[in-house]
Amino acid sequence: MKKIKIGLAGNPNVGKSTIFNYLTNSNQHTGNWAGKTVENKVGIMKNRGDTYMIYDLPGTYSLLPHSEEEKVARDFLVFEEYDFNVVVCDASSLLRNLNLVLQLKEINKDLVLCLNLIDEAKKKNVVVDREKLEEMLGITVIECCAHDKSSLKNLKNELIKHGNNLKNKSSNQVAIVYPEVIEKAINSLSFRLLNYNIPVNNRWLALNILRGDEVIIDKVNAMIGKNIIDDEIIKILDDFKFCLLQEDILINEIDDIIVDAINDRANYIYEHVVRVGKASFKEKYLDRIFTSKVLGIPIMLLFLGLIFLLTIKISNYPSEWLFSLFAKLEEILKGCLVDLRVPKIISDMLINGVYKVTTWVISVMLPPMMIFFPLFTLLEEFGYLPRIAFNLDGVFRRCSSCGKQSLTMAMGFGCNCVGITGARIIDSKRERLIAILTNCFIPCNGKFPTIIAIITMFFVGLNTSFKSLILSTGILLLIVLLGVFMTFLISKVLSKTLLAGYPSSFVLELTPYRRPRIVKTFITSIFDRTLFVLFRAITVAIPAGFIIWLLANIDIGGVSILNNLVNFFDPFGRLFGVDGVIIVAFILGFPANEIIMPIILMCYLNTGTLVEYNSLIELKTLLIDNGWTIMTAISVIILFIMHYPCSTACLTIKKETDSWWYTFLACLIPTICGLLICFVINMFGTLL
Amino acid sequence: MNKLSLKDILIDEKAYVLKIDTNSDIKRRLLDIGLSRNTVVVPLFNSLSGGIRAYKIRNSIIALRDSDAANILVRRTL
Repeated sequence: MKKIKIGLAGNPNVGKSTIFNYLTNSNQHTGNWAGKTVENKVGIMKNRGDTYMIYDLPGTYSLLPHSEEEKVARDFLVFEEYDFNVVVCDASSLLRNLNLVLQLKEINKDLVLCLNLIDEAKKKNVVVDREKLEEMLGITVIECCAHDKSSLKNLKNELIKHGNNLKNKSSNQVAIVYPEVIEKAINSLSFRLLNYNIPVNNRWLALNILRGDEVIIDKVNAMIGKNIIDDEIIKILDDFKFCLLQEDILINEIDDIIVDAINDRANYIYEHVVRVGKASFKEKYLDRIFTSKVLGIPIMLLFLGLIFLLTIKISNYPSEWLFSLFAKLEEILKGCLVDLRVPKIISDMLINGVYKVTTWVISVMLPPMMIFFPLFTLLEEFGYLPRIAFNLDGVFRRCSSCGKQSLTMAMGFGCNCVGITGARIIDSKRERLIAILTNCFIPCNGKFPTIIAIITMFFVGLNTSFKSLILSTGILLLIVLLGVFMTFLISKVLSKTLLAGYPSSFVLELTPYRRPRIVKTFITSIFDRTLFVLFRAITVAIPAGFIIWLLANIDIGGVSILNNLVNFFDPFGRLFGVDGVIIVAFILGFPANEIIMPIILMCYLNTGTLVEYNSLIELKTLLIDNGWTIMTAISVIILFIMHYPCSTACLTIKKETDSWWYTFLACLIPTICGLLICFVINMFGTLL
Repeated sequence: MNKLSLKDILIDEKAYVLKIDTNSDIKRRLLDIGLSRNTVVVPLFNSLSGGIRAYKIRNSIIALRDSDAANILVRRTL
C-alpha cells in the first residue's frame, strides 16, 4: 500500500491532458485554449493497492514564469513535496521542450521524460534517439503516442515500474553550466546556503538569488521562518555585482545569459539526439511556382475554385439519393405509426415535423461535407495550405490580423464550424478571436445552392447558354468577394476597437510537400470532421423540427402561429426590402442555412411542412407571385451572406472561445452588417 | 558595433543568429522553431503580398514577418 505523488508537467499542446485522462480515467476536457484553467487538477491512478496521485500542471514553457499558469506550475514543481515528475515532450519540437526539461533537471527532483507524439514526429521526418537522450540527460525516457492505446498502456506500466523503485533523488550531474562569473557566485552561494536546512535544491536557489527573484526568496524565507539573505550572502552578491561590472554585463542581462546557457545546452543535446530528414529539392521549384508574383494568386484561385465546383456539382447526386431514401423510409415509418395506432396528430408531428427537418438537414449537409472536407484535407496533406497563408499574409497584416486566417477562411467555404475550429492554428488569442468572429462572412456550402438558384432566377435568366453560365459565375464571384471584403473590413474594425492590439509575431512553417494518402484522408476526414459536424447539426435539427411543426400547425384565432409571426415581422422586413416570411425563415433556419428556402416555400404555400421546389421556373413564378422583385432578391442574397452563424457554428464558437459573449458577438456583428446594408440599398431603391 | 538583423540579409545569403533582441513571448516562439544562437539561417524567397519572407532554418522552411526578422540580430560569419 504505497502512496505516490507525481507531477505531470510539459509545454502547452503536447498532449499532456490526453495522457492525464488515460492514466486517471477521468474524462475532463482536453482543451488548448490558453488560460482556461489556472489550477492543478489531481487525478488518481490505482495499481494493486498502490495509489498514484497525479497532478496535472498547467502548460509551462519555462520555470522563469511569464504567466499566471507558469507561476502555478513553477510553485508546485519547486516547492511542493512529491515523489517524481513526469515531463511530457513533443518529439517533433524537442528543442523547445528541452528548455523545460533542463530546468526541471536543475531543480534536482526525480524526473521521467515522456517523449510524446512520436507518430507526428515521424510524419515530419524527425527521428529521436531515445537511448542517447536517456544517456545525455541521465533520466528515464519513455516513448509514447497519445492516440495509441497500447503505447499509453506501456507508459502507465513504465511509470508504475519507476514508482516501485524510486531512486535517491539527488544526483550530482549538473544540468546546465553557466558562464564563469555566474558559476563562481552560485558555488559560493550554495555553499553558504548549506547553513540553512532548505527543502529546495541549493544550486537552483542560488541561481534565483543571483537573479534577484524576490518572490522565490520570500517563499523560502516563509518556509524556514528565517531570512536567508544574511550578511555573508549580501557580501557574495556585492562581489558578484562587481564581477559583472568588470565583465561589462548589466545586472538586468542576467536572465538573458541564463536563458542563453539553457538554450546552448538544449541545442547541444538536440544536435546529438535528433535527426531530421533532408527536405527534398523539388520543394524549391514547387515553392517558386506557388509563391510566384505572377502565378501565386491564379493557382490559389484555381485550386479553391476547383474544390468548390466539384463539391457543388457532385454533391447533388448523393443528396437526391438521400432524399429519396428518406422519402421511402418515411412511408415505412408512417405505416408503422398507423399500425401502432399512434394518434394522427402525434404521428404528423413526428413525421412532418421532427423527421422531415432532421432528414432534410442530413440530406443537404452530408454530401457536400463528405466531398469538400476530404478534398480540402488532401490540399492540406499535400502541404499547399501554408503557402496560401504565406502569399496572403501581407493583406492580413494590414488588417492587424494573421495570415493563417486565410486558411480558416478557406475552410469556412466548406463549413464555418471547421473554419472556426481551424482557428486553433493561430497562436495569438486576439488574432484567433478575430478569425472566429469574422468566419461566417465567408459563405459556406449550405448557402451556395440557394444563392446560385436566386442568381439564376433573377439575374441571369433560366436558359442554359454558355453566356449565362459565365454571367452567373461572375455574379457569384462578386458575392463571394463581398464576403471576403467584409471579413477584412470587420477584422480591421475589430482590431481597432474590441480586440485592439498590434499584429503579433507570426511564425509559419512551410511544411514539406508530401504525396497525400487519398484513401486514408477520405476516411479520417469523414470521421474527424464530417460526422462530427453532422452530429452537432442533428442535435439542433430535432428540436427545431419540432418547433417549426408546432408553429405551422397550431392556430391562434384561426391563423397559425407561423402566419401570426409572419404578419408580425412583415413591417420590420419591409424596412430591409424583404417580407415577414423571409425574416421568419431566417429565424427558423437557425439549424441550417439549407432549410431557409424550404421554410419560405412552406410559408407561401401554407403546407405546414418543408417543401422542395421541383423546378426553378415554378419557384420563380411562386416567388414573383408573392411579391419578390430584383430588390428582394438582392436583399435576400445579402442576408444570406450576412446573418448570424447557424446553430452548429454557434455551438462551435461557444466551445472554442468558452464564452457566451463572443458567441453573441459572432451573431450580432454579421446580422447588423447585413441588415444595415439591406436598409441602405432599400432606401436607395425606393428613392430611385 | 553595427547591428545587422536578419532583415538585412539577402536571399540565399547565409547568416548566423547572434541574439534575439525582443520580448520573451516572441522569443519563445522563435526558440520553438529552433532559432537559437549560432543557428544558420538562409532567406529563401519573398511573399507576393510583402512583409514576410521564407527562411531555411534547420532543414525546415519557416516564414517570418519582416517586423520580427528585424529583431533577430545576426552576423555573416561565425
